Amino acid sequence: MLRFLLKRLALLIPTFIGVTIVAFFFIRILPGDPVQVLAGERGVSPERHAEVLRQLGFDLPLWQQYFNYLGDIFRGDFGTSFASKRPVIYEFFSRFPATVELSLCAIILATVLGVPAGIVAAVNRGKWIDQATMGTALVGYSMPIFWWGLLLIIFFSGYLHWTPVSGRIALSYYFKPVTGFMLIDSLLSGQKGAFLSALHYLILPTVVLATIPLAVIARQTRSAMLEVLGEDYVRTARAKGLPPRRVVALHALRNALIPVVTTIGLQVGVLMAGAILTETVFSWPGIGKWMIESVNKRDYFVVQSGLLLIALIIMTVNLIVDVLYAVINPRIRHQ
Amino acid sequence: MTDITSPSPAPAPAAAHRLAGLREVWFYFSHSRGAVVGLVVFVALVLVALLAPWIAPHDPVFQYRDAFLTPPVWQEGGDPRFLLGTDAIGRDILSRLMHGARYSLLIGAVVVSLSLVGGIILGLLAGYFRGWVDALIMRVMDIILAFPSLLLALVLVTVIGPGLFNAMLAIALVLQPHFARLTRAAVISETNREYVTSARLAGAGHVRLMFSTILPNCLAPLIVQATLSFSSAILDAAALGFLGLGAQPPIPEWGTMLADSREFITRAWWVITIPGIAILVTVLAINLIGDGLRDALDPKLKRS
Repeated sequence: MLRFLLKRLALLIPTFIGVTIVAFFFIRILPGDPVQVLAGERGVSPERHAEVLRQLGFDLPLWQQYFNYLGDIFRGDFGTSFASKRPVIYEFFSRFPATVELSLCAIILATVLGVPAGIVAAVNRGKWIDQATMGTALVGYSMPIFWWGLLLIIFFSGYLHWTPVSGRIALSYYFKPVTGFMLIDSLLSGQKGAFLSALHYLILPTVVLATIPLAVIARQTRSAMLEVLGEDYVRTARAKGLPPRRVVALHALRNALIPVVTTIGLQVGVLMAGAILTETVFSWPGIGKWMIESVNKRDYFVVQSGLLLIALIIMTVNLIVDVLYAVINPRIRHQ
Repeated sequence: MTDITSPSPAPAPAAAHRLAGLREVWFYFSHSRGAVVGLVVFVALVLVALLAPWIAPHDPVFQYRDAFLTPPVWQEGGDPRFLLGTDAIGRDILSRLMHGARYSLLIGAVVVSLSLVGGIILGLLAGYFRGWVDALIMRVMDIILAFPSLLLALVLVTVIGPGLFNAMLAIALVLQPHFARLTRAAVISETNREYVTSARLAGAGHVRLMFSTILPNCLAPLIVQATLSFSSAILDAAALGFLGLGAQPPIPEWGTMLADSREFITRAWWVITIPGIAILVTVLAINLIGDGLRDALDPKLKRS
């Protein structure tokens, strides 16, 4: 197991270097004079120009700049936000819990609905319920989620007045963030109705962000189930006269879930891309909205670090999924 | 000897064989009702896109000063001149949708062509030569895949500037690794087959072996991937348009149309709803075709 883990980690090194190179060059290939673009100083004297370049470290040879950049990353120094004048890493972690909370809720919703939907479709293969489920899944898979969010706002917020349009909790509640997760903080605060309010604000963004993962998980579960249902051991179980429900739940499902776990793990990238759109539509104060705002404000150090940190998070989650996969499936780790 | 070294088998049987293959694919494809519906919708969209300048009732950028935010005809206050209503500055939505179809299909076609050609060449090189060429190319692909595609496209557009063409370039770059991976995997499994060895012994060069011996036998998964990429290209381009980084106004691109009208969300449902339906229907039709093609080209692969 340890050897598997080390081998998996070694594979990540080239990707890590590549990802940092991409982030490094992003800042350097921006069109325009770096002093103007990055420091926002225009019409400065040549001396001042050279000084700012030196402060940015742009006077060194490129390879030295890269190693300085790597060193900064390992020290946790991701630069300073141009807009807020605060360290980027601080800004990142103040927004990160909002995105994690939303993404976790979305992936839980997608799994809780998607896996049973896939099973039901597979067991009733070819019947109307299969066609209806898979048809719906394909619609979900094809959904432009930014539009889907606007549509839900029009209907549930504009027409029915059931849900709020944007934000994380009603303005009448105020408490200090402890975990950064609004659902937990609202419970900890002990204020009456705070938890329900947070939940209320969370529903629509969660549904929107869960849509595509839900469709992918349902489709994947169905095809994994179909594969397993055709295996000999399932036929044996049936031949023994076990009730069909028991065959599906005990013999088929456990084996079918293995590829599904990987699929669920691979949805992290989808979730991060979806978070950009969902958070923009619902003004959800997370990483995605922050990235878009920074792009629009030309806050390039934020964009650079956001890009890098998001890639690192996805790499980490994929590593965890791989390891979990090896834990539940011994065939992988002994390869 | 002449039989073996002749560059290709006799043309007539080859053509007949290809035709029979196509017929078989069509046979399986047409069995799926969804795939046929998708194809019909897609053909209709192509026709609308091609004929847009002639069949659109109005100029897509002309602003009717007397008709801001006119609802669709079936709703109270609708104007028979504007079947699907007008947007906030009095442009006819139906005409904008029809012209928008041109942009969406163009985006899909250009992005898929770029990423398909790039991915095939890189995948062929990696799978055929192996060794350090393979390692280098595939590590670069891994790096591209380490980022969420929309985020990477977004950042690329920040560097090269917003706009329709730049958005297409960025999306093509982020979709391209999928093609490279598929091609590489197929090439590796084909390279050791007898027909490749025999062609090599007959004296075929690297380029010939790669492109005319091996590649045609790797096409099935690439065609399916191309179809699915076509729809994700349209979705991603619309998303970039929605974020203000894709096609710039007044271009009637569907995502840009949504971005333009976000502030009227509570006052005029149609300016939001209608362009989104166009995106959804187009993407759905193409995905239906993709599913049908997958089942038809490879019966072993079930829907996933």
